[in-house]
Amino acid sequence: MLGVQNISRRTFLKSAGVTGALVLGANVSTGSMIGTARGQGNGTSIKPNLFVEISDDGTVTLTCSRSEMGQGVRTGIPMILADELEADWQRVKIWQAPGDETKFDPAGKDQQNTDGSRSTRHHFEIMRQLGAAGRYVLEQAAAKKWGVDPAEVYAKDHRIYHSGTGDWFDFGEVVDAAADIVVPTGDAAPKLKDKSQWKYIGRDMPVVDNYDMSTGGATYGADISVPGMKIAVVARPPVYRGKVKSYDASEALKVQGVEQVIEIPPLADDMPAEFRALGGIAVIGTNTWSVMEGRDRLVIEWDDGPNVTHDSSTYNGELVVAARTGGHVIRDRGNVDEAMGAAARVMEAEYFVPYFIHTPMEPPVAMVDATRMPVKVVTSTQAPNWVRQYVAEALGLEQTDVECEVTLLGGGFGRKSKPDFACEAAILSARIGAPVRVQWTREDEIRHGFYHAASAHRLKAGLDGAGKVTAWHHSGAWPTLIALWAPTMRTGHPLEYGLGLIDTPYNEVPNLRIENGEIDAMIRVGWYRSVNNIQHAFAMNCFANELAEAAGRDPVEFLLELIGDADVMDLTMDGVPEHWNYGDSIEDWPIMPKRLSNVLRVVAEKSGYGKSMPPGHGLGIACHRSFHSYVGCAVHVVVRDDGSLHIPQVDMAIDCGRYVNPEGVKKQMEGAAIYGHSVAMHGQITTTQGAVDQSNFHDYTITRMDDAPLDVRTHIVEDFTHLKPCGVGEPGVPPYTPALVNAIYNATGKRIRRLPIGDQLESA
Amino acid sequence: MISMRINGVSRQFHGDPDMPLLWYVRDELGLTGTKFGCGAALCGACTLHVNGSAVRACVTPVSEADGGEVTTIEGLDSEGNHPVQRAWREHNVPQCGYCQSGQIMSAAALLNENPDPSDDEIVDGMAGNICRCGTYQRIFAAVRTAAQEV
Ligand code: FES
Ligand code: FES
Repeated sequence: MLGVQNISRRTFLKSAGVTGALVLGANVSTGSMIGTARGQGNGTSIKPNLFVEISDDGTVTLTCSRSEMGQGVRTGIPMILADELEADWQRVKIWQAPGDETKFDPAGKDQQNTDGSRSTRHHFEIMRQLGAAGRYVLEQAAAKKWGVDPAEVYAKDHRIYHSGTGDWFDFGEVVDAAADIVVPTGDAAPKLKDKSQWKYIGRDMPVVDNYDMSTGGATYGADISVPGMKIAVVARPPVYRGKVKSYDASEALKVQGVEQVIEIPPLADDMPAEFRALGGIAVIGTNTWSVMEGRDRLVIEWDDGPNVTHDSSTYNGELVVAARTGGHVIRDRGNVDEAMGAAARVMEAEYFVPYFIHTPMEPPVAMVDATRMPVKVVTSTQAPNWVRQYVAEALGLEQTDVECEVTLLGGGFGRKSKPDFACEAAILSARIGAPVRVQWTREDEIRHGFYHAASAHRLKAGLDGAGKVTAWHHSGAWPTLIALWAPTMRTGHPLEYGLGLIDTPYNEVPNLRIENGEIDAMIRVGWYRSVNNIQHAFAMNCFANELAEAAGRDPVEFLLELIGDADVMDLTMDGVPEHWNYGDSIEDWPIMPKRLSNVLRVVAEKSGYGKSMPPGHGLGIACHRSFHSYVGCAVHVVVRDDGSLHIPQVDMAIDCGRYVNPEGVKKQMEGAAIYGHSVAMHGQITTTQGAVDQSNFHDYTITRMDDAPLDVRTHIVEDFTHLKPCGVGEPGVPPYTPALVNAIYNATGKRIRRLPIGDQLESA
Repeated sequence: MISMRINGVSRQFHGDPDMPLLWYVRDELGLTGTKFGCGAALCGACTLHVNGSAVRACVTPVSEADGGEVTTIEGLDSEGNHPVQRAWREHNVPQCGYCQSGQIMSAAALLNENPDPSDDEIVDGMAGNICRCGTYQRIFAAVRTAAQEV
């Protein structure tokens, strides 16, 4: 049970940067220790983790403990609070929390790591309670000032009104009287507004940083500068876990502006990579250009280490074999072997998705000042507490010896959860005794990243005489991201199974087996927007489309028949006692086939699926559940004679449960279509003798305006029976690629089973 | 010595004339609105104006701007109310925002040269600027809106 307390008098507020007159803290505990302004009777202090501040000029300041990377969280989360508080949006300000999970992690399970599309779903209720508590305290304070029964006062639009006289106070006028009011808990806790009274939740809201972002005034990690700060770039081992054998810095040191060249020690052989610095040679100086020039003049001999055998051309073949071999059955329903044997027709297809890299527009960058205690880090991070943890380890300190301020992120997509770049800056700052900002170049980001797992998938299905699927068998293989911690791990992890594989939504298929094969990880594998959902949605939606065509059936009807309209898909029936469900309980966020069918029906209708198309045009469709949300996607493609594509229209139907800012949902769907288009058309990292072949946007292509879908239509599906908020930032990406690939088939008759599409259509 | 006016202020630069303008404005002048995305004229994040034309500051040596007039995003309009900036806010374009200085500077230069661009001309004019968050649909609409005002 959540409790909200009035903590205006508490001493730690100064350290949290909160100084206003009225401050509310919320705490997730098990019902114990819900405090008041003057603390607990037993003297134990509780640890508030979110704060509202209302100053005597009426300004409401909300602590945002989530990182803003373009998903709109600095707008969406405050909207919830402002609504319950009855604040005027124009008078709300946002204060970005530093890393401190003891104060700023209300869900108590994600250490302020902003990923997994979970900010709204983990903060919706607690923000409402905070807002309601604030409203309660202000109402009580006004009643006290007037000397009237609190039942006669109510908050509205930043004022407290007396219902009898119509008199009112501005919020700021009652904060002095509010500071000692105790927020009741349990059954007496302040009542939440009925949703019919919501004034911001569910309404379009522009993002709060629009002005700064349109005038160059927004501050990102790369913009941080402190007195005496040096700038560094690092030459890292071209091959993962390689080391410096020898180096010569004499030419580098001749570059004007270069001051020092320092070696960062490599990962010890027995040390898992996790998020640690990779090692290498750092060039340190007074400006970014000088150190980049200096780095170009380093002469380094590398010891490439064991991963020098990692050639993606052969490794990809090994992945295909691993998928065929399988070996680890993770879900088994009915008897797939028997059903395949009895099938009128058995079909099989293989799909392949390569490595990708994140390419946030702002490459990784961190400023660390290790000359002071606590050590100070300022960086554009998704995970400030991992920054503290790994920086502390790199410096031989405790996590509490490191503080981390979070700037705006110039994109994240999972890359900026991983603080290796902050570790580099910390090591260098400690060595030279000055603050250091480490700047990654685009080449660094593409060559030394955490790669989206390449994967191979073999799908097999049995159809009966009527063209109904009686057996479905999906076997996939990929290098696991858990190898960051457990380098010898060769199978996937339950976390990856839960990303759209073990929860394959074809609930009406009586015999169904999901299997995983083994492979070594030979590169740093890490999560990427939507993670393994990308390949799982691609493989299963494309295969279902192939089956529909083989059975002579309409693909949408065929998919609807596979998914069905059951309320809940229960994996315990299929020999899966428990499974990873995006870190949430299956009771609160069940797998609901009927919601997936619903978005599919909606997107089919909105896109006019089935209408006749001119030659060279195709409409393709796909749907997928991820991060608890259900998304149906329809892509209209035109394939020109030269094999190039044009996308006149995309329709996205999303059921994300309770949403806060529909404008934000639309923007995420528009962005997801374009992100998905990059995945489908261009995304591919390859390696030669362990080193990444790509280096910048000329050979790692990102969709530009001239190949992007520019008419993405979002249809938010309201399902009023399931109001728990679900994810929005990631779920739009997975269904885009299969919808496009199915559209290409309808336009050309060509099946794409290997990404990226690249020039595959030119040879068609 | 190299001289130029940046956002209306006279500046003298004494360093290496090969230094790209990007690092001069960011590291030496603290004008951080101009962003680094690729360093190779591939993404447009560093776009600013030299004598009214959009250039990629990451590959433009300081010497090339000698005697010239440089405008960064900070100097596009003193109030931040250039028609392109207003249109950007009207269409709620930014996601992470990192690419947007460059997008806005490209759009402003495009409309300066061609106040009434066709759809294809907008796409061609803006295709040099990458937005990894995928805001192109709104950028396109915002350029359309701004074109009606300039
Ligand atoms: S940073 Fe100059 S074009 Fe990318
Ligand atoms: S808004 Fe993030 S890169 Fe364009």
